[in-house]
Amino acid sequence: MDTFLLIGITGIGLGALYFLVASGLSLIYGLMGVLNFAHGSFLTVGAFVGLWFSSQVMHVSNTWTFIGAMVLGGLAAGLFALLVERIVISRLYERHIDQALVTVGIALVVGAVLAGWFGNDLRLLPTPAWFINTVTIGSAHIPVDRFLYIGVALILLFANTALLRFSRIGLVIRAGVENRQMVAALGINVRLAFSTVFFLGGFAAGVGGVLVSAYSNGVSPLIAGSYLIYGFIVVVIGGMGSVPGSFLAAMIIGIIKQYANYYSPGLGDFVVVFLLAGVLLLRPQGLLGKVKA
Amino acid sequence: MNVLSVKDLHVKINESHILHGVSFEVPTHSVTALLGRNGVGKSTTLKAIMGLYPSQGVIELNGSSIAGKLTYKIAQDGIAYVPEDREIFSSLTVKENLALATRDEKDIARQELVQALFPELTTRAAQRAGTLSGGQQQMVAIARALVNKNEIILIDEPTKGLAPKLVTEVADALGRVAGETTMLLVEQNLPLVKRIAQHVIVMDQGRVVFQGGPENLHDPEWVHTMLGVSGGHN
Repeated sequence: MDTFLLIGITGIGLGALYFLVASGLSLIYGLMGVLNFAHGSFLTVGAFVGLWFSSQVMHVSNTWTFIGAMVLGGLAAGLFALLVERIVISRLYERHIDQALVTVGIALVVGAVLAGWFGNDLRLLPTPAWFINTVTIGSAHIPVDRFLYIGVALILLFANTALLRFSRIGLVIRAGVENRQMVAALGINVRLAFSTVFFLGGFAAGVGGVLVSAYSNGVSPLIAGSYLIYGFIVVVIGGMGSVPGSFLAAMIIGIIKQYANYYSPGLGDFVVVFLLAGVLLLRPQGLLGKVKA
Repeated sequence: MNVLSVKDLHVKINESHILHGVSFEVPTHSVTALLGRNGVGKSTTLKAIMGLYPSQGVIELNGSSIAGKLTYKIAQDGIAYVPEDREIFSSLTVKENLALATRDEKDIARQELVQALFPELTTRAAQRAGTLSGGQQQMVAIARALVNKNEIILIDEPTKGLAPKLVTEVADALGRVAGETTMLLVEQNLPLVKRIAQHVIVMDQGRVVFQGGPENLHDPEWVHTMLGVSGGHN
């Protein structure tokens, strides 16, 4: 029972990391329909900036340093995403094949530059001392960092939902996804709203990059690989453009993957792909997605 | 004094030359009807004015050129657009549709005008616009254009596809709006045009072939010749 609980909460923690990657994708891919394979680069840039801040600027591994690394990593990734959108993506809206080709190119270039600069080996990300503590629930010892991942994911979920539902920019984004030309005809600079989406998506990926690095015990140019693939799977299973759907899907995938790997090592990825196929066949719009008219 | 002046406007979409040097003017505080058979370029003209299609030629709003400007800047300059298929945001509520369009939230008088013209929209404020009837959706589309103080409203076939009772409702609303603003109206419904238009422009094959008063609309032969429809009686 304790093992069952431990695996369950660890799975939720893993799901939280998937959500951090997927929440940006949910906005950029799910809402705006931009096939952005450079999203993993946002995560990697955030992770390296977080590493730089923690190890080169602060020289101290405490809670504030880690929070600073998350914020700076998020901001750097957000700015990088904004740059990518302004310079490249903004010229390629509605051109999905070109989007895929160009963003894959950006991902390869960023990966190659970082690998050339830092090498592909993992570089230890300094974390606060309490990261190695455990919390005892029943008699299961749960690593305390899992609760941090879950907490940050929840904050992001509520922030995303509130932004889309209650803010002017959220209103513009929702309308712009439906009919970009008509939003412009109302006197609104919809491109500005879409740039904001990219910044926010990049910010979430950057924060996720720092947390993924803490979870993986280090930073490397290769760190985003599997998380990006899982991010796309989460967005599709959760429903295109539904941030709450992405959260639900991320949790389900994290938990199922952990249980499957515990009872049969290596089975987790297979089960997730099987789940993806099942959702695409039985509910193509995803768990909380809407059927397009 | 003219609000809108269009001179030698050309529009090419892909290989098709749609507008061939369209020229006309829209006087201030008037309703100008843009008429013609289907496919002669009326909707294209409105879209070109809004910057939704690339065009060549002169387009001036109160004497200042707006040709080549981005659509959102043209709208901010004071041109509102009610498109042919309404194009309301179906996933947003009525209130959200209007809030999105509102550029000056402090302009209470405008909001009161919209409420007075379309009281039904106030009672349906929380309803998703996609679930409204065709007539109600048209009212949202027109209300969206009226929530701001604009120089001119371009309205494209507001009664198209509506049931006769709804046509009357929309026509009544447009009749009341006509006193508030300058309007360039594309419409096939001749009784409505006769009721509210002071000027008539007729297009054929991407060109303006007539400009003048609405008197000719009462002549069945003229209507049949120019517009290809029977009509002309009051």
